[in-house]
Amino acid sequence: MHARLFVALMILLATIGGASAQNSPSRNLTVFAATSLTDVFESLRAAFIETNPDFEILLNFSSSSTLAAQLIQGAPADIFASANELQMDLVVEGGLIAADAINIFAHNQLVLITPADNPAGIESVWDLTDESVLLVLAAEGTPIRAYTDEMIASHNADYGEGFFESVMRNLVSEESNVRQVVTRVALGEADAGIVYQSDALGDIAAQLLTIEIDPRHNQLASYPIAPLIDGENSTLAQSFIDFLLSEDAQLIFAEYGFCSPAILTEVPPEDQTPELTLEADDAAETPNNFCPAPTPVSR
Amino acid sequence: MLPRRQTTSAQRQHLSADRLLVFAVSAFTILLLAAPVLVLLARGLSSRAWEGLPDSATILSATILSFASTAAVVCLTALLGTPLAFVLSRYNFPGKRFLSLFIELPIVMPPAVAGLALLLTFGRTGAIGSFLADAGIIIPFSILAVIIAQFFISAPFYIRSAQVGFAGIATEIEDAARVDGAYGWLMFWYIILPIAWRALISGMILSWARALGEFGATILFAGNLQGKTQTMPLLVYSIFERDIDAAIWTGVILIILAMVALFLSQAFARAQDRLTP
Repeated sequence: MHARLFVALMILLATIGGASAQNSPSRNLTVFAATSLTDVFESLRAAFIETNPDFEILLNFSSSSTLAAQLIQGAPADIFASANELQMDLVVEGGLIAADAINIFAHNQLVLITPADNPAGIESVWDLTDESVLLVLAAEGTPIRAYTDEMIASHNADYGEGFFESVMRNLVSEESNVRQVVTRVALGEADAGIVYQSDALGDIAAQLLTIEIDPRHNQLASYPIAPLIDGENSTLAQSFIDFLLSEDAQLIFAEYGFCSPAILTEVPPEDQTPELTLEADDAAETPNNFCPAPTPVSR
Repeated sequence: MLPRRQTTSAQRQHLSADRLLVFAVSAFTILLLAAPVLVLLARGLSSRAWEGLPDSATILSATILSFASTAAVVCLTALLGTPLAFVLSRYNFPGKRFLSLFIELPIVMPPAVAGLALLLTFGRTGAIGSFLADAGIIIPFSILAVIIAQFFISAPFYIRSAQVGFAGIATEIEDAARVDGAYGWLMFWYIILPIAWRALISGMILSWARALGEFGATILFAGNLQGKTQTMPLLVYSIFERDIDAAIWTGVILIILAMVALFLSQAFARAQDRLTP
């Protein structure tokens, strides 16, 4: 009888203590990252682990706004990588990140996508106002939606006031993150969506038609990254962030359709060719669009 | 091991230690189950979440949408589920067990998987949906999709309860009624329904509550847009990162409705049990 009592108690204690027992002095780095970073961060993790085989990097992807809310509600993490500065600022205001610890590590821009067979015959942003186009966007509050709204509103200058509202009348669903927008369009359920250019690459590209957006209206997305003040392993966090800013990592970013902050800040476009092999000569011609498209897109 | 009924004083001590452990574990379990609900209710009421709602139009439109769609689901469930439950309770046929498995599967199936299955079936490029699309009918992103998703997930609760209710009616009663000339619809309206209605209502309330809480299948199949497909659970998910008070308040409403529904459903089920032991 005593033995069984003991066993039962041990099971109970093990259940309660299970979670805390795993927190042996941290070889784990928990990274909260924007959904659009999913593929590139998986690849960067592999590259980082190659040189630091003792460590484990746990990646948690969601929309930056969800991640910011989770961090503010006390979710434990070492690093936050956001798709815009607004969500990063919220976490800074929450006292969880030091403002001077923030680095911009990548840029991105918007593209218009349709299913590969383009059932609604969309050729430009203008066509989004066509009757009964099924448009899917990310939910309000997400960085991609903020950039999208800016970009569509910016077209008002060309197409007249009310263009923004006409587009929004075709909105049929607000997805919780940008990858779900891509999936809806790739499945052919929606006629069009607006996503980051990096999202329309990779395996899913075959199911999509990607349409460039007029550089005068396109938005430059900036990805800030910072360690959490209360992170378990600040040394490892800093070395991972340093790695992301390194030239090796920046080349991986370029591979996945992101562009390097080096092009934008460190190397003035006219003076010299940037260190990284990106088509920066295109960028010089278009002042509002420093971020060159990574692959030739069919138009 | 010793037989349980013989109680020496030493054993009584062991038993009470055992019992203490059982009580302690039970208390812990109750805490685990009830605490989150009570915390949400307390937080919603103490922060007076309903006062500072900046954009209560979203809550209002989600509430209207939820009640409209679940009302349709209730009608659809009664209309389509009752005959099926009756057939399942009265007739035996080969493959009945296998068929029942399909009917009850949505009860334990992950709702997100159900949503994916619905999308692949009724989506614009889906197995059936592509034919509908040719005819100009696009189900996803409409209230029809919300209703289908809720029906798919919730109807089994009604069907199961109604089936048990119908099966509980003694064959003697039906035989006696048949002698008195009650057949077909007459039999159903005047004999079966008056006996089994508590089971039907109990199942219907449970099924309604499940439809009201439906999230995974809806967001995958119907999408998420305020005023069109954004039901109350979808609103909680969409709004919690922007306006946690609105999310909490919507949650409080949903929890209270669920509690009332569960209470009523159990009361009707008990009444039916007393009637048909």
